[in-house]
Amino acid sequence: MNLGEALRVALRGLRANRLRSALTMLGIIIGVASVILLVALGNGVQTSVNEKIQPLANLITVVPSVGNVPGGAPPKDLIDADVAALQDKTLSRDIAAVIPATSGKALVDGDAYRYRANVVGTTEQWLEVNNQDMSAGAFFDEAQVRSTARVVVLGSAVANYLYGDDPAAALGKPVRINRQTFRVIGVMQSVGEPGDGVVAMPLPTVRRYIFGGGDKINQMIVQASDANAVPAAENDVIRILSERHRIKDSANRDFEVQSLRSRLDTFNQILRILTLFTAAVAAISLVVGAIGVLNIMLVSVTERTREIGIRKAIGATRRAILEQFLIESLLLAGLGGLIGVLVGVGLSVLGANVAPSFGPTFATFAPSVTIPSVILSFAISLAIGLVAGGYPANRAARLRPIEALRYQ
Amino acid sequence: MIQIEDVTKVYRMGKVEVRALESVDLTIDDGEFVAIMGPSGSGKTTLMNIVGCLDVPTSGRYLLDGTDVSRLSDNRLAKIRSRKIGFVFQSFNLVARTSAIRNVELPLVYAGVRIRRHAARVALEQVGLGDRLKHMPNELSGGQQQRVAIARALINDPVLLLADEPTGNLDTAASAEILKILGALNDAGRTVVIITHEEEVARFAKRIVRMRDGRIVSDQAQRIRTEVSA
Repeated sequence: MNLGEALRVALRGLRANRLRSALTMLGIIIGVASVILLVALGNGVQTSVNEKIQPLANLITVVPSVGNVPGGAPPKDLIDADVAALQDKTLSRDIAAVIPATSGKALVDGDAYRYRANVVGTTEQWLEVNNQDMSAGAFFDEAQVRSTARVVVLGSAVANYLYGDDPAAALGKPVRINRQTFRVIGVMQSVGEPGDGVVAMPLPTVRRYIFGGGDKINQMIVQASDANAVPAAENDVIRILSERHRIKDSANRDFEVQSLRSRLDTFNQILRILTLFTAAVAAISLVVGAIGVLNIMLVSVTERTREIGIRKAIGATRRAILEQFLIESLLLAGLGGLIGVLVGVGLSVLGANVAPSFGPTFATFAPSVTIPSVILSFAISLAIGLVAGGYPANRAARLRPIEALRYQ
Repeated sequence: MIQIEDVTKVYRMGKVEVRALESVDLTIDDGEFVAIMGPSGSGKTTLMNIVGCLDVPTSGRYLLDGTDVSRLSDNRLAKIRSRKIGFVFQSFNLVARTSAIRNVELPLVYAGVRIRRHAARVALEQVGLGDRLKHMPNELSGGQQQRVAIARALINDPVLLLADEPTGNLDTAASAEILKILGALNDAGRTVVIITHEEEVARFAKRIVRMRDGRIVSDQAQRIRTEVSA
């Protein structure tokens, strides 16, 4: 039996029972569409989170441990010499830059208002490493760090609170912190809380005028040469600092090393499992859809027992009958799968276009369709047609012509 | 052409054995017009099923056109039916929701013929339905449906036309028409075997085989063939 004929017969069968065929397909449509949509949702979240974090993915944060380790040596502070050691290329090839920072809360007085800001003393690389931009003025430069210049750069919330909406209005203004006066040379763009509440100034300036503390620092941002070098750089940091602090047992470490990269990996892993899990739940509806196809094909074979008898009497082989019913169920499931793909992709695209209009938080959840999920779910729907149609088709093919002809 | 030797057919219905055919011998030559008669339960339908390769005998031999078909597999039997036998049934047995011409094309589909339209049209024209090609079975009268069935039975040019009570569901006029067509086919050299319990129908054949209780009880040639007046 040729394919064209089989297709025509199958189409005729499906058309003859339009409602029944449509309802059967609905099972597959819902299953395929929900698999595609849920995978797209998971993928969308993963993509948007990664996009935000990716520029920061090669950063490692080192902070001193809080409190004594019971029974251990008194904890050593992180000091400038530690920074210098990490910057030494002969000790680590995977560390590209080390940005020291010392920070604390302090009251910042403007012309009329007072703001409790997180004051950070650091180096000129801090802005770039944190992937931040200026909205007015400039960040302090290397010369200003070396000369202990009395300059500050304000976070957008600080500038807004002290000087109003226009960031340029803050430029050149004096602010007082700890009874010292500093000049505002720049305002940073908003990155959301808590980053907007920061006031940045050169590290020597903070030490001399605000927090004191000698050569102590309370945070290091270590930049790995690239995101893939993060684990190696992390090991180097631990090795170099452990050596300098004479720590043999990792439990006695007086510093903590965290990388966004490893947290990002954990996040991605959890999200992937979550996505797979929800897709698997959605796939349950595909199983239900498959049972629907099986059921309807069994009904179809029973209804057409006599027709099968006629076809066999006029020369149809088992194979011809098998093919006819297999093609019918493939068509049913395949068509359902195709419509399911269209619905799933359509809803995902609709969601991606509508979600951002509810605000930036929802934009994170903008679905993004993955090609493998489309191919896989369509392939599964075809497989359903083949498997769920196989048994009824085989039953039809094995019918004995004289009994089938006698069937009323 | 048809050579049935010592054919027995036993059905098992639960625990009961039904001997539908009891060592039947029957030879039918090319160009014959045979009526097989008998009351219900006489085994005539079983005989037709075996002659039509829809079923195989329990024992004995059946040669069709020189081939022993009594031990063939399902698939081989399907191929024999496709090439050598045309069926006409009492209840027409057209495929529903399928136009007359597509019904006639079906045997060609299963025989693997690619170009079918023309042959099907010619066959329908020969049975006088050239103007009903696109009609669905439920839009045709009984007589017309049976003529479609005859066209379908003939499309593969079978060596044997097997008709099981072909007039059983038809009124007198339509019956006469169908018998006329069968007669004309036989006149043209086609071997026709007709199963019936109606004497008038049987009288129309050249030879009448009578069955009872699974055995052939009489087998006689008719000198005078009744002409059907229609």
